[in-house]
Amino acid sequence: MNQHQTQRRQVLRAGGGLAVLGALAAAGIVLPRQALAEWNKQAFDAKTLDDAMKAMGAEAPANSGDVQIVASDIAENGAVVPVQAVSKLPKTEKIAILVEKNPSMLAASFDLGPETLPEVTARIKMGQTSNVIVVVKADGKFYMASKEIKVTLGGCGG
Amino acid sequence: MNRRDFLHVLATAAAGGMLLPAGFARAQAAAADFYDAPAFGNVSLLHITDCHAQLRPIHFREPSVNLGVGSMVGQAPHLVGARFLEHFAVKPGTAEAHAFTCLDFEEKAGVYGKVGGFAHLATLVKRVRANRPGALLLDGGDTWQGSGTALWTGGQDMVDAAKLLGIDIMTLHWECTYGQDRVKEVAEKDFAGTIDVVAQNIKTADFGDDVFKPFVMREVNGVPVAVIGQAFPYTPIANPRYMVADWTFGIQEENMQATVDAARAAGAAVVVVLSHNGMDVDLKMASRVSGIDAILGGHTHDGMPAPTMVANPGGKTLVTNAGSNGKFLGVLDLEVKDRRVTGFRYKLMPVFANLLAADPEMHAFIEKVRAPFAAKLDEVLAVSEGLLYRRGNFNGSFDQLILDALMMEKDAEIAFSPGFRWGTTVLPGQPITMENLLDQTAITYPYVTLNAMSGEQIKTVLEDVCDNLFNTDPYYQQGGDMVRVGGLSYSCDPTAPMGRRIQDMTVRGQPVEAGKTYKVAGWAPVSEEARTAGGEPVWELVARNLRARKTVAAPRLNLPTLKGVDGNPGLTA
Repeated sequence: MNQHQTQRRQVLRAGGGLAVLGALAAAGIVLPRQALAEWNKQAFDAKTLDDAMKAMGAEAPANSGDVQIVASDIAENGAVVPVQAVSKLPKTEKIAILVEKNPSMLAASFDLGPETLPEVTARIKMGQTSNVIVVVKADGKFYMASKEIKVTLGGCGG
Repeated sequence: MNRRDFLHVLATAAAGGMLLPAGFARAQAAAADFYDAPAFGNVSLLHITDCHAQLRPIHFREPSVNLGVGSMVGQAPHLVGARFLEHFAVKPGTAEAHAFTCLDFEEKAGVYGKVGGFAHLATLVKRVRANRPGALLLDGGDTWQGSGTALWTGGQDMVDAAKLLGIDIMTLHWECTYGQDRVKEVAEKDFAGTIDVVAQNIKTADFGDDVFKPFVMREVNGVPVAVIGQAFPYTPIANPRYMVADWTFGIQEENMQATVDAARAAGAAVVVVLSHNGMDVDLKMASRVSGIDAILGGHTHDGMPAPTMVANPGGKTLVTNAGSNGKFLGVLDLEVKDRRVTGFRYKLMPVFANLLAADPEMHAFIEKVRAPFAAKLDEVLAVSEGLLYRRGNFNGSFDQLILDALMMEKDAEIAFSPGFRWGTTVLPGQPITMENLLDQTAITYPYVTLNAMSGEQIKTVLEDVCDNLFNTDPYYQQGGDMVRVGGLSYSCDPTAPMGRRIQDMTVRGQPVEAGKTYKVAGWAPVSEEARTAGGEPVWELVARNLRARKTVAAPRLNLPTLKGVDGNPGLTA
């Protein structure tokens, strides 16, 4: 393990969540505006996919190959499923991650500043096998991609 | 009968003009030609995988049920018996036919004898290497688990045997069930300067850093060869996650492409992946990732005499799978000209213990590591009247023995036993020793469980495991077989979608009710709570049961009624 990695772990161990977020913000990685972005209550409370989309102002977004979901096909742990969303679209201003079969579908929404690399990762909770949908707003228009992530009971491996 | 006795019998028989089994005499004559065939090209890779710690020769019956679904119907590896022989143009009745299929298994096992064993494998490796200077020996993993001695030494017997055999590079799966610290200890101390552990798809759970080198570059006769590791992607799901709490796995296809590109950029003229994906996953990955010359695969224990050629946007990739339990040595000869592969020859050589003298050094090592445990391992628990084997999609007779013992000893109406693909074979009339039993059960989480489950929960479990086996998208498969079930009858349509494959569930002739509770015995729980709860190791329960029974009749296999797979070449007629 190299020096850099060790330092990162030490920072996290010593820091605790809030301090680290502050440190990252100070380093310009996360804008304070993003960290404390206004809570879109309606979108996060939505119980159907249509309602969640509507609340984000994204009705029937088009499928796009420029929106990529990087995630394991089978979740190692349904309680923390790492999902990376990448947008190749210019002027990406928003990335949202939705889980179709979660009781509340919108799991995360990121508002991005103009100089931000449009790549975000979130660890989301999934109760069962579901499609995970990433919605991207770029240059005023909405796009999406979808991927099934399986949540299984485990055991019985060859 | 050991090899010397055997040769003596042969000599006596020949002197007396006795008729030898024609198949075996031909096999003997052909063996030298086969094992010592000249090499091809200038880069050779030798490959073993999934030996499951079988240091001594064993019998291993190949499956009679290995169904393919969706686009995989009738494609390698989903072929059994006569359909397998037709597909690969293997002559029926030959030694190879016996090694690759279950046809006439009991009779042919008597004729051709045991297979594998590290002392015999070591001899073969030396012979093959003699014709191929500079050849690399690659180990696809599942090497440290599967025997009593491996379990009791924390895999140390296999770690030392791998070094003695001359393994150059390995990747991982069951190794991880000794815990991440143990794996790191071996990789960093025992293997330092000898064996490289590679895995592009094992990362730290916090920052996603590499835990092992994604690939290593080795020069073979002046040709730079990159070997990329692909560990079993679903280790934290199929096995206890607490064993590898700080690591994350997955297929990581994007990272595989990036790793291939990095290896090429670093000057690799040949890129091979040493994979523990399982064959269906390897075939899909080969179709989507460009720049891999060959994937040397394992995990699904498919002994494939010939590789499958897979087209992808960058060209073609060979996909092999080298069987299990030490039965085979894969030999891939590549011709590399102007920094690219221009031709290949592949052979999957069966390791017939009677046709290969034991390597004295390896033999002495094996006897030494086994000696402290010999008395325990050699205990005869019972005599089996029938053939005991495990491999097959739905059940095996050794699994049925375990299920019957679980139900008897725990007074349970239903029993579950995991669909592991390892586990050796006992011939009819042979004693069942503690060693044989440990071959089926030696894991680091062997606890017996007894649970009250609702009919609905039972259905959910069966559907979940069945989808891991028969999902039409290989990336959603985990590479084990169906959970073995005792006491409960059901029908299964592998071609149906998840939730609709398992039907007609009955217990003692009565339909299973969703809301009713049933007493279910099992073993090998993956949850951390189960570890805390403890429980008797399953081999102790089964040993107790067998000792009391003394003679065991051929178990009556509880098999599901299959639907939707008539004529499937993965099913023996």
